[in-house]
Amino acid sequence: MNPPSSHAVTGAILYLDGVSVSFDGFRALNSLSFTLEPGEMRAVIGPNGAGKTTMMDVITGKTRPDDGDVLFRQGTIDLTRHDEAAIAELGIGRKFQKPTVFESHSVADNVLLALKGPRDPLSALFGARNRIPAARIDAVLERVRLQEHRRRLAGELSHGQKQWLEIAMLLAQDPSLLLVDEPVAGMTDAETEATAELLKDINRDHSVIVVEHDMGFVRALGCRVMCLHEGAVLAEGSIDAVASNPRVIEVYLGR
Amino acid sequence: MITLRFVRFLEGRGLVFLALVAALVLLVPVCNLLVPPGSPFHVPTGMVVLLGKYLCYAMLAIGLDLVWGYCGILSLGHGAFFALGGYAMGMYLMRQIGTRGVYGHPVLPDFMVFLNWKELPWFWHGFDMFPYALLMVLLVPGLLAFVFGWLAFRSRVTGVYLSIISQALTYALLLAFFRNDMGFGGNNGLTDFKDILGFPVQAQGTRVALFVITGLALIGTFLLARMIVTSTYGKVLVAIRDAESRTRFIGYRVEYFKLVVFTLSAMIAGLAGALYVPQIGIINPSEFQPTNSIEAIVWVAVGGRGTLVGAALGAVVVNALKTVFTTGFLAPYWLFALGGLFILVTIALPRGLVGLAGDIFARFGGAGRGPTRAEAGQTP
Amino acid sequence: MRFCRLLAALAVLLCAMFLSPARAEGVDAALDRFLADSFAETEAAIGGVAQSGAPQAVAILQALGERRLFAHPASRGVFWRDAAGTAFDARTGLPAAMPGDAVVIRLNNRLRNVVQAALGTMTLLSPDPAVRLRAAESVFRSRDPAARAAIETAIAREPRGEIRRVLEEAHAAIMLADTGVPESVRIDAVRRLAETGDTEALGLLRQMLGPTAGPLRAAITQGIGAIEQRQQFRAAAQTVWFGVSLGSVLLLAAIGLAITFGVMGVINMAHGEMVMIGAYVTFLVQEALRQNAPQHLDWSLPIAIPLAFLVAGLVGVAIERGIIRFLYGRPLETLLATFGVSLVLQQAIRTWFGPTNREVSAPSYMSGAFEFLGLQITYGRLWIVVFTLVVFLGLLIVLKATPLGLQMRAVTQNRRMAAAMGIRTRFVDAMTFGLGSGIAGIAGVALSQIDNVSPNLGQSYIIDSFMVVVFGGVGNLWGTLVAAFTLGIANKVMEPFAGAVLGKILILVLLILFIQKRPRGLFALKGRAVEQ
Repeated sequence: MNPPSSHAVTGAILYLDGVSVSFDGFRALNSLSFTLEPGEMRAVIGPNGAGKTTMMDVITGKTRPDDGDVLFRQGTIDLTRHDEAAIAELGIGRKFQKPTVFESHSVADNVLLALKGPRDPLSALFGARNRIPAARIDAVLERVRLQEHRRRLAGELSHGQKQWLEIAMLLAQDPSLLLVDEPVAGMTDAETEATAELLKDINRDHSVIVVEHDMGFVRALGCRVMCLHEGAVLAEGSIDAVASNPRVIEVYLGR
Repeated sequence: MITLRFVRFLEGRGLVFLALVAALVLLVPVCNLLVPPGSPFHVPTGMVVLLGKYLCYAMLAIGLDLVWGYCGILSLGHGAFFALGGYAMGMYLMRQIGTRGVYGHPVLPDFMVFLNWKELPWFWHGFDMFPYALLMVLLVPGLLAFVFGWLAFRSRVTGVYLSIISQALTYALLLAFFRNDMGFGGNNGLTDFKDILGFPVQAQGTRVALFVITGLALIGTFLLARMIVTSTYGKVLVAIRDAESRTRFIGYRVEYFKLVVFTLSAMIAGLAGALYVPQIGIINPSEFQPTNSIEAIVWVAVGGRGTLVGAALGAVVVNALKTVFTTGFLAPYWLFALGGLFILVTIALPRGLVGLAGDIFARFGGAGRGPTRAEAGQTP
Repeated sequence: MRFCRLLAALAVLLCAMFLSPARAEGVDAALDRFLADSFAETEAAIGGVAQSGAPQAVAILQALGERRLFAHPASRGVFWRDAAGTAFDARTGLPAAMPGDAVVIRLNNRLRNVVQAALGTMTLLSPDPAVRLRAAESVFRSRDPAARAAIETAIAREPRGEIRRVLEEAHAAIMLADTGVPESVRIDAVRRLAETGDTEALGLLRQMLGPTAGPLRAAITQGIGAIEQRQQFRAAAQTVWFGVSLGSVLLLAAIGLAITFGVMGVINMAHGEMVMIGAYVTFLVQEALRQNAPQHLDWSLPIAIPLAFLVAGLVGVAIERGIIRFLYGRPLETLLATFGVSLVLQQAIRTWFGPTNREVSAPSYMSGAFEFLGLQITYGRLWIVVFTLVVFLGLLIVLKATPLGLQMRAVTQNRRMAAAMGIRTRFVDAMTFGLGSGIAGIAGVALSQIDNVSPNLGQSYIIDSFMVVVFGGVGNLWGTLVAAFTLGIANKVMEPFAGAVLGKILILVLLILFIQKRPRGLFALKGRAVEQ
């Protein structure tokens, strides 16, 4: 639990320094370093294979880095020492690239499972988990406009609705940092717009990292942008600065 | 008010199931003990034993369904837990024989005298006391499941890997119990029981009583399992089955949830085995055959996994079929039938008989009676 | 009978060559001593017969050793019966009627050794190598100084190395046991014994350790150490060989599974039954040959190999097309459905061929054994090891160097991309499964040589096969190879300490623990793609 003392004074909610991961010789992350300030929203772009998903895997404990520091909450927590469940408990929520909801549960049960609260087997069996008021679930569903679908099975939802349900589950978890992987893939323009508004709304009291290819959506978020390439940060700054960066144009945006 | 909640808790199918088992528990003793043998309503004692056996299998199936149907853990080791429970009970029954054995030794069972052993091995001590034996019936399978599950789930051994190593565990136990020097009677196992709690095991009254106890145990098991699957715990289990890593990412310690249900289900299997042995009158290492464990899987699959009623029903239906097949001229075809059942159920009836019944109800106006997809479950 | 006469003739030759005629007292005089019924006289008689040079001397001594030599003091007659019961007169060597009250000439244990030693000396030059070897061994045991000259002659003439080795050991044993020779000669003898000797030489050296002292004692101690070390090495080598042999069986059984499970990710619980089908194909081929062309029975295996591949492969393709293709991506369902297939196949075989073991005989080139570096190696096992390696290499070549192999790898790595590139993925699936099943069939041909051909044949290999594939790391053929041999050798190393069954249990438990530590095997593929 003791982070390296030199980083103990960082004010960032998330601090990555020199993080490297390789799979069978392929360097998915190559000394990746960046920081995220509390309350900040950051959009991450980059070509396929740039390391975006691996970065999320490292932050959420799915993949252990070969090298480097991953610190959370002003450098007080070393994330490389925890597993997925512990990191989720610490307050990092993740939405996957491919929407993964619990398809054979109802929409309401999906939210129920995600809601903040005790998560040990005993409380799930007889305890507090079974006495969560329906109002808390409804409140979350209302935010993503799924309240009239609450009794439906998650597997019956449309693709866009699943994306929202997953965001709803993130909200229910109430994490201090949200990692959102391609939230608008497969959405209509109207849905995309609504999602951007929702994320901005969420950003009011949460730090957010959004991975997205849709540049229009990224622009709509109006936040700092970071372009990854070959496992490292290629460029960082405002959307206009990054979009006009010649190297970003070369490797990602195209001419 | 309470009744209403209870009915809702059980759902229609559960209620029918409980009523059926309760009816059996009430009627079978009457029809066996009070109705004269000539009457068409008389149930012969052999039938009572057969029904008792089916009910034991139904308990095993419910235990198995908890881990496989709800949590997606395809355990090929539940036959071993069943057998371990059976051995624990068998050891109690052996100690009850006392001097009535062939060699008349007051303490040592016959096979130990035969092997020229001078004293009781340490693990046989205490089995002369029924409460201790009962404790072991639950504790031994539970402990083995706990240790195995602790190792396997913590290192995230899942899917077919888990199936394969659970089968290897069963196989190792099979080999071990065949050894004479293990102290469990070698390939003959434990048999020639005389009495249980002072009642002769062969007596008609004892057999009926054992049947009633098995029926009550099945009802208890069903209610316990129903409580689990309707709680949030059950929802987490299904979540694990459908999207394990997602469940982790929202903060559940998947390994603990699996461990608890796996251990509990092994204990249910052990209890089922313990009830099985005094009714059948023998326990030997062949109960550890890996095939037995897989056969139990097919009961659950046939009935409808992810529904407790389906699992229990499947156990009874498949075993009734087996009885019909193996006692007549059809005997050589039983394995064809069983093999065909495996193939048919996995390809054509993934939700089993209960799912099929649900579909039929839904088509002919009885909408909402069948299991929803949520219960029947997708592919784990 | 011809053999006895031959021996007798040889004995004559032998005696003529190296026995001094002055010491011979004639067979009659020697035979008279048998009539005395005293052990001392009998011993003298044995020496006399051995040195008489009579043609029947060997037969007489052999009969004496086997309680078939009779004395009849009343008529001063000595007779022997041959194994068939015919009586011969020992004085003439011709068949004769034996008086009913003739008595068996008694021996005690010491005399029995004397007889053996005498026989040994007399048969050292027999044309039959087996007889010579037995003679040399018997001299070694008797360490009779009188045989020294005979041994030296025999050494000079012995054409076969392994017999000369025993002769030399016998010579060394005589020298060592002889307290009359100079110590340096005896030390030299110890050295020679230590160089080549085995358990018996070790026994002799230990025996000699007691009554000796000084440099000789030191040499003996050293010699004992040398032999023990060599024996330990040999025992280790033997264990390794048994392990390799078991490992090759495991590899053979698992290698098809490495394709279907390792490459395709399909759990085929009926894999063992593919092996069983291969074994039954072998049985059928052998029966057909036995009835139609018994002179070509040795060809049964070469014919059975392609046939077994075809039959098992076709059954595999049928299973894939009929069942497995509906279940891709649902491994647990595949496991159950293929288990059903395995039950059906077992029962089908049981119905057609009966539940009992069927006899599959070993061709001539598979029977027998030879010795290599002191190890007993049976041809059957050797062939199976060689065959396994050939199959393994063949499979590697198919996967790496043929269009089908390329397509297989393409489909398993990225099914949709492969389909987009025009690969008929369904065809490739069926072929891959057929290949894996066909190889299991080939394994069945080999296993029919060492295991019972019964409907349960497959059952006994399925768990081990899965263990090998999982231990080696799924999707890695070399891993399967290493795993099979590791498990084979580990099993054989465990056996002496724990016994066969307990050893197997221990291996299973260790494997279960290993999989917890490395859920993806020894040589796991790493990366995002392999994680669920």
